[in-house]
Amino acid sequence: MKEKTLLELRDVTARYGDVQVLWGVSLAVREGEIATIVGANGAGKTTTLKTISSAVACASGQIIFDGEHIEKLPSHKVAARGIAHVPEGRRLFPMMTVRENLELGAISPAARRHHSDTIDEVFSLFPKLKERERQLAGTLSGGEQQMVAIGRGLMARPRLLMLDEPSLGLAPIIVREMFDIIRRLNRDGITVMLVEQNVQQSLKLADRAYVLENGRVVLEGAGRELLDDERVRAAYLGA
Amino acid sequence: MNKKRLLFIILSIFLLTAPYLFETRYSQHVLILVLLYVTLGSAWNILGGFAGQLSVGHAAFFGIGAYSAAILASKTSLSPWLGLALGPVVALPVALIVGRICFRLRGPYFTLATIAVSEVVRLVALNWRDLTGGAVGVVIRPSVFSGTDKVPYYYVILVMAVGTVALCQWISRRKLGYFLMAVREDEETAESIGIDTTRYKLIALSLSAAITALAGAFYANYFLFVDPTVVLPLALSVEIVLIAIIGGLGTVPGPVLGAVLLKLSSEVFRNYFEQANLLIYGALLILVILFMPDGLMGGFKKFLTGDKRRVTG
Repeated sequence: MKEKTLLELRDVTARYGDVQVLWGVSLAVREGEIATIVGANGAGKTTTLKTISSAVACASGQIIFDGEHIEKLPSHKVAARGIAHVPEGRRLFPMMTVRENLELGAISPAARRHHSDTIDEVFSLFPKLKERERQLAGTLSGGEQQMVAIGRGLMARPRLLMLDEPSLGLAPIIVREMFDIIRRLNRDGITVMLVEQNVQQSLKLADRAYVLENGRVVLEGAGRELLDDERVRAAYLGA
Repeated sequence: MNKKRLLFIILSIFLLTAPYLFETRYSQHVLILVLLYVTLGSAWNILGGFAGQLSVGHAAFFGIGAYSAAILASKTSLSPWLGLALGPVVALPVALIVGRICFRLRGPYFTLATIAVSEVVRLVALNWRDLTGGAVGVVIRPSVFSGTDKVPYYYVILVMAVGTVALCQWISRRKLGYFLMAVREDEETAESIGIDTTRYKLIALSLSAAITALAGAFYANYFLFVDPTVVLPLALSVEIVLIAIIGGLGTVPGPVLGAVLLKLSSEVFRNYFEQANLLIYGALLILVILFMPDGLMGGFKKFLTGDKRRVTG
């Protein structure tokens, strides 16, 4: 099942003004798997996701999604192809209700057609959101906001769900819940690209992992393999 | 009968009979002025309030509308009514070009660019003498309505004002309204969830500019005189923004309340305080800003309902 490559980056570079952040990142995500990018602060993890979703321009290299080049497309067209980006820090619309935030996730015609089914699915995944449906998103707790952010991503009925630091700033028990949810979504058939600082948890979860350092992929392999890799253990797991 | 419906009926009756309730020409003039600014504030609100793109250059569109109508009426024998249609037709392509350029800028830079655009339009009007008459301006013969009766003008601007407010109400409940609000709250995220933000900002600007130009064309037909200092000053742009902000940014009734309060009070102050009228006007602005940071609309809502939207469920 996990044969077909859904997303491939070939030698991608990106820069913020004069500062080059990605120095030729190549990676692949196969359909149905969970891929993770781990690395220290400033390694370029968030920038990699932003380059895929075109929030940051791809300076050179190629990004291929489902066989088509997407490196030159604007963000909204990348989203329309089926890539949902759940950004770092949730980035909800704070003055809108939970429900309005979720509904705004269903922009493409296909997503809009199914939006009432999808919203039920999201509420069954996060029952708490159903209770808070009419509450302003800005008044929710961090964990609830993260649920809305993931829910908004799911509303697009994406083929690839990119999650940027979903565990950031959450209580340990909520973090565990979040990882359970990610596993469950993946079992339901969604391909996931996860960026995390919680290296141990995400390597355990991931089928495939990439270690990013200074804008380059320095290690790649199955998640479990990297968990046992000495270099990874020394650098990220403090062992 | 529910309260909202009752209020609606009373308001409708009042608006329809107002020129007969206030029979002096001066009070009719004030009514027309208030409705003109309801139209302008509401039109601005589509772009500035819903989409969060703070334009301080809307005088440009007002002036374009006013000049289009005035020039058409003075150079041809066509009905000035055609001028009303011509205003938006001329303003639209200008808005699209300006939008294409200025929407590359965000936040305060966008605002500065709109000021620059309106100054450019003003200078063009001042110097293109063959077309605009330069500083002398354009005078139109009254021909829309016979005599100097203000009542017909009242009903024309009433239709424009009500139409604009109704359009705002419609937008605020539609996909378009939600997309614009998403752009206002977080443009980058709006784009990343699949909203073509440039396109929707252009739609908001086009609607806003077209209505503003329509109001400008009405102004030309009503005052029968157009020159750069009356239809293109920066002060006009600022006044439009003030009305929307004081009334309540991004709400449908906000600009209506703002126009009523600011235009009525400025007329009253002018009559009673003479030279000190601007001082009082300024003090009023400061009071509203201090005590009702969400505008009159936000203040009323808090006072009446304890602000429903913030009550947790």
